[in-house]
Amino acid sequence: MQNENNKNNETEIIPELTRKHRSPFIEVFYRLSKSPLAMFGLFIILILIFCAVFAELVAPYSPIKQDLMHMFETPSASHWLGTDEFGRDILSRLIYGARVSLQVGFIAVGIALIIGGILGAVSGYYGGRLDNFIMRIMDVLLSIPQTLLAIAIVAALGPSLMNLMIAVGISAVPSYARIVRSSVLSIRNMEFIEAARSVGSSDLRIIFRHIIPNSMAPIIVQSTLGVASAILNAAGLSFIGLGIQPPNPEWGAMLSGGRQYIRDFPHMTLYPGLAIMFTILALNFLGDGLRDALDPKLRR
Amino acid sequence: MFKYILRRIFFLIPVLLGVAFCVFTLLYITPGDPARMVLGDLATDEAIKEFRDREGLNDPFLIQFWNYISKAVFKGDIGRSYSTKRPVMTEIMTAFPYTLKLSAFAMIIAIIIGIPCGIISAIKQYSWFDTFTMIFAMIGLSMPVFWLGLLLILLFAVNLRWLPSSGFSTFKAMILPSVALAAQSVSMVTRMTRSSMLEVIRADYIRTARAKGQKESIVIGVHALRNALIPVVTLCGLQFGQLLSGAILTESIFAVPGVGRLMVNAIMSRDYPMVQGGVLFIAITFSVVNLLVDLLYAYIDPRIKADLK
Amino acid sequence: MSDKNNNLMLDIKNLTIYFEMDEGIVHAVEGLNLKLGRGESLGFVGETGAGKTTTALGIMRLIPEPHGVIKSGEIIFNGEDLLKKSNSEMRKIRGEKIAMIFQDPMTSLNPVMTVDKQIAEMISLHKNVSKSEALKLAGDMLELVGIRRERMHDYPHQFSGGMKQRVVIAIALACDPELLIADEPTTALDVTIQAQVLELMKELKQKFSASMILITHDLGIVADICDKVAIMYAGRVVEYADKISLYSNPLHPYTKGLFKSVPEIDNDVDELPVIPGLMPDPMNLPSGCAFHPRCNTVCEDCKKFKPEMQELEPGHFVACPVVAEVLKKEKN
Repeated sequence: MQNENNKNNETEIIPELTRKHRSPFIEVFYRLSKSPLAMFGLFIILILIFCAVFAELVAPYSPIKQDLMHMFETPSASHWLGTDEFGRDILSRLIYGARVSLQVGFIAVGIALIIGGILGAVSGYYGGRLDNFIMRIMDVLLSIPQTLLAIAIVAALGPSLMNLMIAVGISAVPSYARIVRSSVLSIRNMEFIEAARSVGSSDLRIIFRHIIPNSMAPIIVQSTLGVASAILNAAGLSFIGLGIQPPNPEWGAMLSGGRQYIRDFPHMTLYPGLAIMFTILALNFLGDGLRDALDPKLRR
Repeated sequence: MFKYILRRIFFLIPVLLGVAFCVFTLLYITPGDPARMVLGDLATDEAIKEFRDREGLNDPFLIQFWNYISKAVFKGDIGRSYSTKRPVMTEIMTAFPYTLKLSAFAMIIAIIIGIPCGIISAIKQYSWFDTFTMIFAMIGLSMPVFWLGLLLILLFAVNLRWLPSSGFSTFKAMILPSVALAAQSVSMVTRMTRSSMLEVIRADYIRTARAKGQKESIVIGVHALRNALIPVVTLCGLQFGQLLSGAILTESIFAVPGVGRLMVNAIMSRDYPMVQGGVLFIAITFSVVNLLVDLLYAYIDPRIKADLK
Repeated sequence: MSDKNNNLMLDIKNLTIYFEMDEGIVHAVEGLNLKLGRGESLGFVGETGAGKTTTALGIMRLIPEPHGVIKSGEIIFNGEDLLKKSNSEMRKIRGEKIAMIFQDPMTSLNPVMTVDKQIAEMISLHKNVSKSEALKLAGDMLELVGIRRERMHDYPHQFSGGMKQRVVIAIALACDPELLIADEPTTALDVTIQAQVLELMKELKQKFSASMILITHDLGIVADICDKVAIMYAGRVVEYADKISLYSNPLHPYTKGLFKSVPEIDNDVDELPVIPGLMPDPMNLPSGCAFHPRCNTVCEDCKKFKPEMQELEPGHFVACPVVAEVLKKEKN
């Protein structure tokens, strides 16, 4: 139902779509598939998701089992990416680390999206004093740089996976609230909303059936890029010891652990860093591609 | 204009109060007894009770907050560090110049590399320069600052031995931390300049300038650039906040004795007044920088300047 | 006949301009021919997307790169082919010899520059005067287009749409150009303001004795201001004549359709006749005469051959072999 509704409204905004008689989802994917960088990003992310879900099957070793006979090994046939200071297999730790990073990224964005989305939608839809009140609070939060806010929250709550996700999520709430609010504001006064109101649709119904589906495009883009920055933030927090606690594998923490051995065993910092970079890169490419694919104005 | 500045400063007050409130609440809900933290595990219960009474720790939440604010505003006192026992304000004031210098250097690097690259990328859209710049910008955007820092140390300090890996006292020592910190901002500024420039060079008034017979260099360098830079200025203000919080990680990697390292150490030793003071201080700096950017914005965009009159 | 050859200012021959996009090639202008005598004003009429603006930008050599390409043709201005000019030669012509007034005054002025500086820029580029003199002349120009001198240090956003268009006109006329191209100068304005701006243009055209190409889709404006009319359809001129013979005796089926769809005050009709069908997709033009799918007198040859312009009556050119055939029969 939601999807169909989405399509109907979409045609009001994107007349090109009606001409081709394609569902907006396929149309967007078709446009996305024309961007090699976005497809590269999607490909990497699918691999990562696969690794995260099937880590037990993919990883050659246990991520936490120590093997003091094989400490600080450089990459070899048995340990493709070498081992760390406890002889743990770095590749396996990276694969399990993908699970943590993706989890943090998606759940943190989920938290931010739900809280920020509701605040933004309410704010933009009702306007007036409520809007003013909510947005002033968001201004306060926005005046604390995002990473710093996350650090402050996690420092207060204590370091753990859950708190890390909450901290990264909450610190991103204001930006989602703003985006949702502005897209709701731009849609609120469109004619089809007025039409819905004139046939007696309730506010809730209008918000969920009309406004949210139509403000999806900027939200999807922001969420994709948001997962990237959440993963980056979480890795940064873990790097300074505020995230996942050892011995659990997490990319930022692995980097931090390898740091003291950087002079002699740079492979310990190189690979976790590459893992973070490629994940973020892939998400950014995908986000950029989605932005172009979802914005009909940018088509030339 | 003067009225506008006053009004903006006036509006800053509730925001900063809000920030102080958030930060204070975070500390308040943190598990652990501050008295215990200061006096240590060996302190007697009487000593702890006496400390709590003296410091007002038994007062209701709002009274405590009010005391915190009034002390901060009237005496510049934002508490005492648990670990060094010195006033937080003194500690931050010693460290702050380093953080400011680091962030400012990074900002300068971002501007002098990002803006020209963005302009060239836009006017040579789809050229190899554009493609490479955009891919590099994307990589820069995806590079964790702490990892880039480590890589730079590995290459320039460990292998090539060109630059020191820590400290922030000499110009040479400032290069690596500033570059590491700047990478993301360079990418952001490049991308923003490019997209803003791309939009502007298609604008009708650019065509008007060309129709006058104006030279291409002036069409781009004067007519387009002046307009394209308006959103870039806003971005630079926002980036400064990113740089300030990025400095936390950078400083701890390069052992720069700034507010960031102070805070990381404070977090490790659960020195909450210091964390609180650090967050507050960075938020104030960020707000002031944004205020300055808004004023600059009003200066370069006559449409806003006119609205203020 | 006589004015055409002795005093020809602009002679466009077989001009073809494409936009090469990822999705395909847009045939914006396709083998266009056009002549303009000194002191004449030409109304350039056609639907949106017919290629009028592209032609104008082609004359200015301001086709947006990298997609837009002038494929072939000649644009002879004062005996010299503009397409063979170097960029720096072309810069001397733009503004000084040929000036252009753009469609949307709202976006045609640089928002961060005061209007006097924008006019003075034009003057300093082409006249050998000091900066302060240029600014003084800019003030004079503003007064000429009916804006008080005190407002010369204002920014564009402080002006209304009509006043902005006056500023744009002041810029265009600042260097006394020989040819003025006005691209729908009034479409973006309110109806009452339209009349004022048109009046101003008529007045200034007299004063500066410039030739003019007025791009519009409004036949009424053409009747008011122009001496000659060219009707454009899908990248080509299909009919070209002086105003009186075209208005009294339109020949091309498209032109006839256009005139029929203009409401007349005296005739009370319930429904205006429209030309059936839509403008063709410029990426995929019909074969032969681009108008043939919508034409009511279409013949087999129309679908195969691109019609050439023929002078069917003195000074009245039409690109339609069917009409030519009919006229020939009538005469015999």
